Amino acid sequence: MNYKLILNIALHLLGARLKQTVVAAVGVTFGIAMFISLVSFMNGMNDLLDGLMLNRTPHVRLYNEIKPVENQPVSLSEQYKNNINFINSIKPKDRGKAIYNSKTIIKVLHEDKRVLDVAPKVVTPVFFHSGTIELSGVINGIDIIGEENLFKFSDYITEGSITDLEQNNSIIIGSGLARKMMLTVGDIIKVTTPKGNLVLLKIVGISQIGITEIDDMMSTTSISTAQKILGEATNYMTDIQLNLHDITTAPQLANEYRLKFDLDAIDYQTTNSQFETGSTIRSIISYSVGVVLLIVAGFGIYNILNMMIYEKMDSIAILKATGFSGNDVKWIFIFLSLIIGISGGVLGLVFGYIFSNIIDVIPFNMASLPTTETFPVNYNPVFYVIGITFAVVTTTIAGLLPALKAGKIDPVEIIRGK
Amino acid sequence: MSNKVLETIGLTKYFYEPAKFKVLDSISMSVDHGEFVSIEGKSGCGKSTLLYLLSTMDTDYEGKVLIHEEEVTGKSDVDLARIRNEKIGFVFQFHYLLSEYNVLKNVMLPGLKLANLSEEEVEHQAMEHLKTLDMQDQALKMPNQLSGGQKQRVAIARALINNPLIIMGDEPTGNLDKRNSDMVFDIFKRLTKEHNQTLLVVTHDNEFAQRTDRIITMEDGKIIV
Repeated sequence: MNYKLILNIALHLLGARLKQTVVAAVGVTFGIAMFISLVSFMNGMNDLLDGLMLNRTPHVRLYNEIKPVENQPVSLSEQYKNNINFINSIKPKDRGKAIYNSKTIIKVLHEDKRVLDVAPKVVTPVFFHSGTIELSGVINGIDIIGEENLFKFSDYITEGSITDLEQNNSIIIGSGLARKMMLTVGDIIKVTTPKGNLVLLKIVGISQIGITEIDDMMSTTSISTAQKILGEATNYMTDIQLNLHDITTAPQLANEYRLKFDLDAIDYQTTNSQFETGSTIRSIISYSVGVVLLIVAGFGIYNILNMMIYEKMDSIAILKATGFSGNDVKWIFIFLSLIIGISGGVLGLVFGYIFSNIIDVIPFNMASLPTTETFPVNYNPVFYVIGITFAVVTTTIAGLLPALKAGKIDPVEIIRGK
Repeated sequence: MSNKVLETIGLTKYFYEPAKFKVLDSISMSVDHGEFVSIEGKSGCGKSTLLYLLSTMDTDYEGKVLIHEEEVTGKSDVDLARIRNEKIGFVFQFHYLLSEYNVLKNVMLPGLKLANLSEEEVEHQAMEHLKTLDMQDQALKMPNQLSGGQKQRVAIARALINNPLIIMGDEPTGNLDKRNSDMVFDIFKRLTKEHNQTLLVVTHDNEFAQRTDRIITMEDGKIIV
C-alpha cells in the first residue's frame, strides 16, 4: 500500500476542514492536558502525604516487644509432651527493651548487600518539666548521620540544625511541646527519665513533623545523650531501623531477621497498609477522570469524522472508481484520526506540562507542613507516556468505526445518484 | 491474442428494492480494441447498470465479465481496485474532481496510486495529457476555478493518466451545453483515431451516439441491436 499517498490525501482532506479539525484536536488537547496536570498534581499530593507518614517509617524495624514467652517451660518438658496443658494467668516477662548484642547485629546488617542503610535508635518515655508544668513525652536518641540518610530529618527542623545535636546534652523538641511550655531555642528543659533520673538539656532546635500528636510528644537527641540520661552503656539501643535497596522485599527480610536475631521485626507494608489504600484510591480517581475526558474527546472525533465522510462521499466514490480499494479508503480515515490524535495529544502534553508548572508555583502554606511552600507536583515521565498512549488509542478507536464505514461505501450508489 | 478488450457472457442482474426486478437479462456482448462504442437507450433500460457491472464496481450479478480475456467475476475488492486503476479510465456525468487538490494533482492521483512511475514521471505524463486537451494553462488552478467544460476535460485527462485499456463514460456530456458536448466528443474521436483508444460510452443523446463507430441499443434490460 502506498502510505505516503494515503497520508497525503488524509492531510488534504483535513486541510479542507481545518476549523473542525482544530476543534477535534483541541478536544484531545484539553483532555490530555487536564489528565497530565491532574495526575501530576494528585501524585505530587500523594507523595507529600505519604511522605508525611511513610518517610518517618523505616522499611524494616527491629525491636523487642514486651510479650509473654511463647514456649512456656511445661511445653519443653519431655514428661508432659503428650498431654494437653492449661496454664492460667500468664504474665509477660519484661526482658527489657534493649536489643541484646546490638553492635554485632548492626555489623551483620551493614554487611548485608540488600540493606541500604542502618540507623540504631534509643526510644524512651520521659517527663518534661518547665517551671510548674509537667508533660509526658518521648525522647528519640538517634544516630545523627543514619537518621538523616533514612528519613531526611533535617527537612522537619524549623529552627536550628540537626548537627547541633552533636553537642553534649542538647535536644530538639517538637513544636507542640515548645508551644505548650513556651520554650524557644537556647532555653534549658528539665527531663525526668522512667528510672527517676533528672537531667537538664539545652534546646538547640524545634522540629515539626506535621502530625500534632507527634509534635506534642516527640523530642530528639543524639543516641549518646539518650544513653547517658538513661544511665546505660553505649551498646544500649531499643530499635534498629533499616532501609532496603528494594522496598518490596521488606516483608520477606523482616521475617528472615525475626528468626535470625530472635527479635521482633515489622515491615513497611504492614505498618502503612491504610496509607497505601488511600494513595491507590487517589490514583484511581485521577486516572478515571482523565479517561472520561478522553472518551468525550473521542466522541468529538467520531462525530467530526462521520460528518466528513458524508461531506466527502463524492471524493470517496471517485477514489474507489479510480483504483483505491476499500482498505485504502479505510486507512485514509484512520490516518485522519491519528493525525488529530497525535497532534492534539502532543499539544496536550505541552499544555499539561505548562499547567503543572502553574500549579507548582501556587503558594500552599500549611502549618503542619513547614517545608512545603507551593502545591506539590510530580513530573513523572510515565504520566506523559500514558497520556500520549491514551490519546492515540482513543482517537484510533473513535476513528475506526467511521473508517470502516468509509471503506464500505459503494461508489455505484453515489455516482448513480448524481 | 484476440482483439477483445471487454466481453460479457450472460450477464443478469436483479434489483431487490422495492421488489425483485430483472434489470439486465442475459447480456452477451464484446468490445474490440480501438472501437468507439456507445450504449443507447431510454431512461431505466439498464444501460448505466450494465456499465457499472463492466466497470467492476458493481459485483452483484450473474454471468461473467472478462477484461482482456481475463475473468474478473469473483475477484477480491483489492484485485478489482487494481484492475480499475490500471485498465479502466472513467468519465462520469459529474466531474468528481477532488476540491482539495489542484488540477494537475487531480490528474496525477490514479497514476500515483498505480506507482509504476516516479512522481516526476507521473507529473510529466499528466502535463502531456493536459496539453493534448489544451488545458496546460489551468494545471495549477483549483477545480472550483474552472468552467464545467474545463472540469470535464480535466476528468478526461485523469481517465487517461494510466494509459487504460478502455475508457468508460457514463453520460459524459450530460451536464454540458452543445458547444462543450461537441468538444468532448471531438476529444473522444481524436483519442480513437490518433491513439487507437477503446471507448465505451453510455448516453441517451441520440445525436452523440449516431456519430460513434458502433451503437448498442438497449430496451428493458436486453440488447436489441
